[in-house]
Amino acid sequence: MTTIDKTASVPAPRDGATFDGPLLDVRDLHVEFRTREGVAKAVNGVSYSVKAGETLAVLGESGSGKSVTAQAIMGILDTPPGFVTKGEIVFRGQDMLKMSDEEHRKVRGSKIAMIFQDALSSLNPVLSVGYQLGEMFRVHQGLSKKEAKVKAIELMDRVKIPAAAARVNDYPHQFSGGMRQRIMIAMALALEPDLIIADEPTTALDVTVQAQVMDLLAELQREYNMGLILITHDLGVVADVADKIAVMYAGRIVEQAPVHELYKRPAHPYTKGLLESIPRLDQKGQELYAIKGLPPNLLKIPSGCAFNPRCPKADDVCRTDIPVLVPVTEQDGTDLPGRGSACHFWKETIHG
Amino acid sequence: MGRFVIRRILQMVPVFIGTTLIVYFLVTQMGGDPIQNLYGEKPVPDNIRATLTAQYHLDDPFFVRYWYYFSGLLQGDFGESIAQGRPIAELLVEAWPETLKVAGVAFVFELVIGVVAGVLAGMRRGSFIDNLVLVSTLTVIAIPIFVLGNVGQTFLGQEWGLFPVAGTDDGFISYLLPGMVLGSVSLAYIARLARASVAENLRADYIRTAKAKGLPKSRVIGIHVLRNSLIPVVTYLGADLGSLMGGAIVTEGIFNIPGVGFQLFSSLNVEDGPAVVGFVSLLVLVYLITALVVDMLYAVLDPRIRYE
Amino acid sequence: MSNTTKSPEEAFAEGMAGTVVPDVSSKQDKTRSLAQDALRDLIRRPMFIVSGILIVAILIIASFPTLFTSVDPLACDLKHSMEGPSGSAWFGYNFQGCDVYSQTIYGTRNSIIVGVLTTIFSLIIGGLVGVLGGFFGKWTDALLSFVTNVFFGLPLLLAAIVILNNFRDEKGMRNAGVMAVVLTLSVVGWMSMARVMRGAVMQVKQADYVAAARSLGASTSRMMFRHVLPNSITPLIVVATISLGAVIGAEATLSFLGIGIRPPAISWGVMISEAQGRISQGLHPLLFPSGMLTITVLAFIMLGDAVRDAFDPKLR
Repeated sequence: MTTIDKTASVPAPRDGATFDGPLLDVRDLHVEFRTREGVAKAVNGVSYSVKAGETLAVLGESGSGKSVTAQAIMGILDTPPGFVTKGEIVFRGQDMLKMSDEEHRKVRGSKIAMIFQDALSSLNPVLSVGYQLGEMFRVHQGLSKKEAKVKAIELMDRVKIPAAAARVNDYPHQFSGGMRQRIMIAMALALEPDLIIADEPTTALDVTVQAQVMDLLAELQREYNMGLILITHDLGVVADVADKIAVMYAGRIVEQAPVHELYKRPAHPYTKGLLESIPRLDQKGQELYAIKGLPPNLLKIPSGCAFNPRCPKADDVCRTDIPVLVPVTEQDGTDLPGRGSACHFWKETIHG
Repeated sequence: MGRFVIRRILQMVPVFIGTTLIVYFLVTQMGGDPIQNLYGEKPVPDNIRATLTAQYHLDDPFFVRYWYYFSGLLQGDFGESIAQGRPIAELLVEAWPETLKVAGVAFVFELVIGVVAGVLAGMRRGSFIDNLVLVSTLTVIAIPIFVLGNVGQTFLGQEWGLFPVAGTDDGFISYLLPGMVLGSVSLAYIARLARASVAENLRADYIRTAKAKGLPKSRVIGIHVLRNSLIPVVTYLGADLGSLMGGAIVTEGIFNIPGVGFQLFSSLNVEDGPAVVGFVSLLVLVYLITALVVDMLYAVLDPRIRYE
Repeated sequence: MSNTTKSPEEAFAEGMAGTVVPDVSSKQDKTRSLAQDALRDLIRRPMFIVSGILIVAILIIASFPTLFTSVDPLACDLKHSMEGPSGSAWFGYNFQGCDVYSQTIYGTRNSIIVGVLTTIFSLIIGGLVGVLGGFFGKWTDALLSFVTNVFFGLPLLLAAIVILNNFRDEKGMRNAGVMAVVLTLSVVGWMSMARVMRGAVMQVKQADYVAAARSLGASTSRMMFRHVLPNSITPLIVVATISLGAVIGAEATLSFLGIGIRPPAISWGVMISEAQGRISQGLHPLLFPSGMLTITVLAFIMLGDAVRDAFDPKLR
């Protein structure tokens, strides 16, 4: 029970001086869930990368595979029913899918940490927050119970929980929603990881608290120069904090772009639809746009482009050929670095 | 926590009064003439009837008699056995340790094996061990305890000589088989409960968090899953003590162990009303107190209860 | 006393109380409702099929014993005493020389009557107490919870012994008829049903669709019967099925203790009680009724188990 991890074998300098490549590089990842009803293909060839200090926002509806990808990175997929069938998850030059369970476990929490959506259900209800925070130090650094508690209080101070020392022995249900999410953040930060994956960290919170929590996360990220993967379905949250965006649909990345370019000129009809369905004050009185139809059933993904049944631009080719993610360029062919779209009609969408 | 304890104790007082009132009513009001019962078919001499009536306040209204009985209970006076002519408290002092030994064996047996089997099954749902636990617990639940006792006594005791057949002459070992028989049904319930709750907790969000924290599997299971899974088991133990007391009547009868259950049953057979009330009151009292203790334990395990 | 302790039935049905079958009023919705889903799931479960067949068979035996045997269970001949199973008497003869097979068949009826009637009565008492307490809350709930807790303080077997001890025949011997056993077991066995029902009703009451019905001005009775009751009854049914098995076992235990149903009435409990003193002379008079009893209890518990699993979305 008191397994102590010596510092993991993965080198850990975070200023980027000795390590140039991306912190995390996901390559052609495939994940499926084998259920009684059939095989649900949740992730179908996702590739993305994050550098130190960079924020990648992964955007998509529920069922788009954005959380499953994150769970595969963390190595916490429930197997069965979930299986990684193909692909690589390269962290600091090492493919984590090829690591032993024990090696992978040591990376979890200490090098890559995760923040979950619903802090109330994601924290153990019968253990004090101090205990749950301290566990990180006890397991990964072998600190004593007492030392771990001191560290836990420091952490709670760090994420601006008032009267941390007095509240360290309280239980999750005794905190407000915003405070609980701060505790989740503190837990993820505990060992100053290189990368944090935040899975809809603010969805369950009030709007005013949302901003506070996001600001805190962004501030801590800058301070520690961490990579951040922000999983969300909320375009509003993304604009302020993200550097680049990957939009997912039915287990694929349909568009990726630096954040402001995506807002200015989407290159995929799905992204366009998402942007147009944001209510805007300057268009008061007009009918709000909504993408028609429902997200696809992962057991029966439509042939061709998965988005074709809902797409205003869909043509015959969309029903037969799966579009690949191609680089997006200006009309004159100039490169647009970091941009890609998986649409047969990306040119018409961005330039039309 | 202190306030919680006090509140629970205060809640228990009226329940205890209500329960003993029902017991007292059932035994004294429905049993016909208690003095006549003593004498069977024979007529009762008038002077003896008068003495007994005065001694047991039989002429007083029901609630007055209940009050005599209840205030006696509070002072540790459980009344006097008519058949044996001795204070029931005295009989209890003799019988109680016997019952405690049988119940103790049962309790340890059901808790240890039940939890282990349940956790193993719950962690590997659908596996061989899971199905084994499911089928064997179902079977045990379906077999009435007296059949189990008889069969166990016949085979393990008489035929194979693994255990003493009956009585308490062999010391600790005499209590093993009765205790295991007594605990078997609860063992099955505990195993199933632990299984269901482990299986459910394994899917909880906080277990996902624990894994994401990079905790070793032993710690995820041993601390995060187990701690939460034991809560329903503990709350079940409270009520289980009631069935242990009922079961004690049967097992102590079969294995001839002079405990409270055995005494209660013989008192019933000789129509010894006061003794029956005394024994049942004691069992009820013990049951209520253990339920209270279990409740406290519940609050220790689950902080959400403490502050409600 | 505590309101946290659980009865065996509750423990068995653990997880059910939180399960709420959503209102299935929107027929045009093409996605299957949870209830339909559960039923579809149920009929594919081997455990449900096996227990269902067993229960139907047992019910037929209980209703028409003459279909299965032409031997009078009370026509006993001492010269057959303790004879083992043979072609003419499949289960052999007991100490009094009665045909064990015939007695086992005829004994089914009393055991099933006690099981079914007791469960129905406790379902009514427990269901009513639970619905009223859970639905009206406040002092109604406080009072009914108090009564429930008081009765919970009485261990079932103890209370049944004390009550049934008072039923006598003309000779002053203990002899409670079938109905006395049924009423006694109902009076001391309804509490877990009340608990489960109360919990389910309280949960459903807080559901959004109940709040919606309330805000649309539904009357109290309409809310109770149309919205709350249908959505909270499943856990109760599960507990009832499981406790049906337990009741049959309890009846046998009472007969074993010499209380409750007595000879010449036949029940499995009576047969086992008569046989258990003579195990050394032959196991068969004990074995066959015990076997039938075990199979019956098992069938009902399995049924409850299957229903619970099918309706509990958490375990899917």
